[in-house]
Amino acid sequence: MPSDTEIAVVLIYPDILGTYGDRGNALALVHRARARGLAARVIEVSTREMVPESAEVYLLGGGEDSAQHLGLAQLRQDSNLAKALGEGATCLAVCAGFQLLAREFTGSEGNTEQGLGVLDVACGRLPSQRAVGEIVTEPVGISGLPMLTGYENHLGNAVLGADARPLGRLVRGIGNGDRRTEGAVQDNIVATYLHGPVLVRNPALADHLLERSTGPLAPYDDELAEQLRHERLEEVRHRGNRH
Amino acid sequence: MTLATTDDLESDAHPGPLHRQTRLLLARAAGRAVSTLSRRLGLGAGGTIGGRVLLKVAPTAVSALARDRDVVLVSGTNGKTTTSALLATALRSSMPTDTNTDGANTPAGLAHTLSMGNASTVVLETDEGWLPWAVEQTRPGTVVLLNLSRDQLHRHHEVGRLAAIWREAMTQVDLVVANADDPDVVWAALASRRQLWVSAGQHWVQDDNVCPRCGQQCLHAHGSWSCSCGLRRPEPDWWIEGAELVSGTSRVPLGLSLPGDFNQANAAMAAAAAWSRGVHPQDAVRHMRRVSTVAGRYAIREYHGRSTRLLLAKNPAGWLETINMVAPHRGPLVLAFNSDGVDGRDPSWLYDVPFQRLSGRRIIVVGRRATDLLVRLEMDGLAGVGRARSVAAALVSLPTGPVDVIANYTAFQDARRELSRAERH
Repeated sequence: MPSDTEIAVVLIYPDILGTYGDRGNALALVHRARARGLAARVIEVSTREMVPESAEVYLLGGGEDSAQHLGLAQLRQDSNLAKALGEGATCLAVCAGFQLLAREFTGSEGNTEQGLGVLDVACGRLPSQRAVGEIVTEPVGISGLPMLTGYENHLGNAVLGADARPLGRLVRGIGNGDRRTEGAVQDNIVATYLHGPVLVRNPALADHLLERSTGPLAPYDDELAEQLRHERLEEVRHRGNRH
Repeated sequence: MTLATTDDLESDAHPGPLHRQTRLLLARAAGRAVSTLSRRLGLGAGGTIGGRVLLKVAPTAVSALARDRDVVLVSGTNGKTTTSALLATALRSSMPTDTNTDGANTPAGLAHTLSMGNASTVVLETDEGWLPWAVEQTRPGTVVLLNLSRDQLHRHHEVGRLAAIWREAMTQVDLVVANADDPDVVWAALASRRQLWVSAGQHWVQDDNVCPRCGQQCLHAHGSWSCSCGLRRPEPDWWIEGAELVSGTSRVPLGLSLPGDFNQANAAMAAAAAWSRGVHPQDAVRHMRRVSTVAGRYAIREYHGRSTRLLLAKNPAGWLETINMVAPHRGPLVLAFNSDGVDGRDPSWLYDVPFQRLSGRRIIVVGRRATDLLVRLEMDGLAGVGRARSVAAALVSLPTGPVDVIANYTAFQDARRELSRAERH
């Protein structure tokens, strides 16, 4: 994109999908874009507004079961997100956001519900208890990223179809519930159970999402963010992820 | 080796009245002894450990000790310690009242409070997750429901689930004094036989946008809220106008010593609950005005020329209220942040707090998760934020004068201990 164009980061339904500070993902993208001298802004779209048709990055956050249903119903009525994704816009979907982009997920009554179906993923329930704790994965779905760190808090699993590949190989935590993988990457969509917020804890992933629109970015070493990554990874290494 | 007979097991499971009483007496004595020991060893207030021993020896102690007493339970995500303290103060003007002053609000703490006094009225601050259990055990005449919002999500997981278990529990309650401005609270309170509605205000609405009854969107406008399913804000019986507490029959200037809008709301809830026990709001408020500190909160401590006010903020709703309170001032701030179990292990919610409103202030960050907070402030563009290894070290690096220290739960306890130690030396 031309260097004088503003990067629009759309935060979808923060009024209902954002239980785990997912707004932070938008702030991280804008922070890292501006650090390179690029103009960037967050567009917050509430459940009573239409999603803009053209933006560089779309963000979907986490939420409780009823919020997830409400968000899905809204996104079925407003086809702009599906249209933008079809045209190749970048998207990060976290937790409930991950599930509602999937082909199906498990509703609050244990029933199977149809998702938006833009990811070749079926989300069900984890076989055991809720996954709660620090999580570490080694990225496999996107090349050139260092270890990913986050915090997971979910009941759902994820079974990937042929069109999707895992975001990471599980090092610590529960992730997709298959003991091996976490998240999904499919074309322009990155989906994950990692909160933290994930882009704050993993600046390289934030840059990857930006670079899909901007092309290669100049290096930017955010010492504080790197220190945070180091602390979280060390914590898991020394104390485990469920303490 | 002696094998227990079925009779032995039966007698243990169903002790006779005398056996039960003796066991309870022994349990109370053991609990008190352990509690005193814990206090003397400087391990804390001792309520929780004493209560644990009590419950170990007499597992049904809470229901036995609550029998024939008028129990009022106070619960909510924020304000339960302060509201309990204000309510107990108001009630004491008319009747002997016990309460758990040290914030020990899980079964052990409740057991300890009930065992330590004999007052006919007991105000029990109760953890929101344990509220159904406490209702079952204590059979309260009244429950005060303040608010529900995201907090310790590694433990509670979902606010909606708490609202649902509250609603189930309220079917056993005669009177609920409820915050009419919180849809989750209203939905739960409607399951009780009677309600007293208080407009306690709610700046934080992020957890109130989905209707707890039908899952559709809850609309908020002009200080009210409603859903298309018919659930809506009830007409309040008590509310606040400016700095006055108003009901259909009275209008009382609050004039509290405690700062902040949220403490006016806590006082309104407490005054309404006291009124349900026959205390006139004028009398209730007169006594509540004298409360200037609650469990160390709001207390001003002098530390090498820094007049340090300790403020507790545990979750985004609490931080929002506290930021509203300190925003008009320009003095320096110390922000202390941990993520131990009771703080919530996952501090992602820092991104729900409007820290940009502190822009331009001198800020120093401390605590075991100080880095998370520093990164959070960086994302909001706050420049020149400092870091120190302790609250005391942060204070001495600031100019003399007033300083507000805002801390989450364990960071607050750390700060309180640090400053108390300094006062003793």
